[in-house]
Amino acid sequence: MAGKNLRIFLLLLALAVLCSAAGAAEKERLRLATTTSLQDTGLLDMIKDKFDEKYNVALDVVSGGTGIAIQYAERGDVDVLIVHDKVRELKFVQDGYGLERRCIAYNYFYLVGPKDDPAGVKGMNSSLAMASIMEKGNADPSKVMFVSRGDNSGTHAREKLLWKGAGYNYSAVNSSGPWYIEAGQGMGATLNIANEKQAYTLSDMSTFMAYQGNLTLVPIIEGGDELLNVYVAMAVNPKTHPGVNCELANEFINYLVSDEAQDLIASFGKEKFGTPLFSPARGNCELIGCSEAECAVPTSASCAAA
Amino acid sequence: MEEIYSGLLRALELIAARDPQVVEITFRSLFISLSSAFLAGIICIPLGGIIEFRQFWGKRALINLIQTLYSLPTVTVGLLVFLLISRSGPLGGLNLLFSPTGMIFGQAILISPIMIGLTVTALASVSPQIRDTARSLGATEMQLIITVIKEARVAVIAAVLLGFGRALSEVGVAMMIGGNIRGYTRVLTTAIALETSMGNLELSIALGIILISISLAINLLLNRFQGR
Repeated sequence: MAGKNLRIFLLLLALAVLCSAAGAAEKERLRLATTTSLQDTGLLDMIKDKFDEKYNVALDVVSGGTGIAIQYAERGDVDVLIVHDKVRELKFVQDGYGLERRCIAYNYFYLVGPKDDPAGVKGMNSSLAMASIMEKGNADPSKVMFVSRGDNSGTHAREKLLWKGAGYNYSAVNSSGPWYIEAGQGMGATLNIANEKQAYTLSDMSTFMAYQGNLTLVPIIEGGDELLNVYVAMAVNPKTHPGVNCELANEFINYLVSDEAQDLIASFGKEKFGTPLFSPARGNCELIGCSEAECAVPTSASCAAA
Repeated sequence: MEEIYSGLLRALELIAARDPQVVEITFRSLFISLSSAFLAGIICIPLGGIIEFRQFWGKRALINLIQTLYSLPTVTVGLLVFLLISRSGPLGGLNLLFSPTGMIFGQAILISPIMIGLTVTALASVSPQIRDTARSLGATEMQLIITVIKEARVAVIAAVLLGFGRALSEVGVAMMIGGNIRGYTRVLTTAIALETSMGNLELSIALGIILISISLAINLLLNRFQGR
């Protein structure tokens, strides 16, 4: 009796496996690696749906810190990469892993913190503010704290740049005292920690706005060149990884820089938050430090593997 | 703590409304974990039999190694399998990364130590009289193994159940190998991790309750096969 039931069960299981395998439609899939900062805003979910509608391609988005996103791209596990760390992007292309940079969108980082601004940094320029937070944090870690992403992400990279701008060696900062907290997680989780501890942190504008409803933290410093946050897309170089879907990657990047997508990006979040979460690269190339060749124009790199 | 209570209510709501996203990830969780348990089962149970019944140099050491691997962290297995099937890795040509098939493969590897080890334990506890009787009746080695497995079927099915449970509830492999891609490789556990990191605690708990309910249902089902 048990034997017969078991056989039926196994048969059904085998059938289910076969059906799923057959049913998995042979739709083309494009793999994108990106940062949690971008993915968590929901922008890519919208782009994914639009791109699918228009080109009948499934966009598979894998997200993590900038560090692992770049790793995935360097290993050829994805076809296209969107990150926000110019230094690493340039290296990515220079080392032959990527084809070309294309600036897609931008917004700003915010230095956010508790409403009462215990370090008194409102109105300062960001580097000076960081220096002041470190000073006051060392003096009284129970009142002034800073939560870092601590995960090699684009946001973390920017934070390190700000410390540098303030004149500090990063290793001096992250070991200087209990006021400096390394979350080792994505932006949302880091914001939650900062909220819990009523600490300062550096956040991209869009993630902050998306989480704002659950936080008591407020933007303390916004705007300025030092806090500019530019998102750049790069196709993975087929010469390094012949298996990547280069044509589709270029098609996707061309879609992102098209007027339609740039319009979508420009209005994303307006309904929900009252103001859009991103600004399109189109028309703002000079402001965001992107050359004409890499800003909101279709890709010109060939996919022919050498 | 009210999150747990509201999570329970939310779970009932989601099940009653047959929320399409939840249904999708639930079926995917089941499909992937059942497949990996099946795959691991058809390889590991005979393998366990062979290990138990053959005498060979290093047998004790092998069994010790297998038992040590019971507590291999899922993130570590995820990382190792990632390195294996990444396009830059030795099995890169198979294109398994970030796909449900890759997840099945990874989870099968994860649960193999448990399945092999517990099968060995199950078979070892079958009375030697049964083996001797089978041998004296002229059984070949394969027939002997099958006979003893049948005798130990309660414990062997328990091993499969444990393997399936581990596959269903693990995050490390599913996250690293699947990538938590919406509509493609997102499963209950990775969805719970995501919703928790986004602060949607009630939804996370609801998904957790659904996960446990599924485990319960499968458990009851398999109990019938054990003849209880």
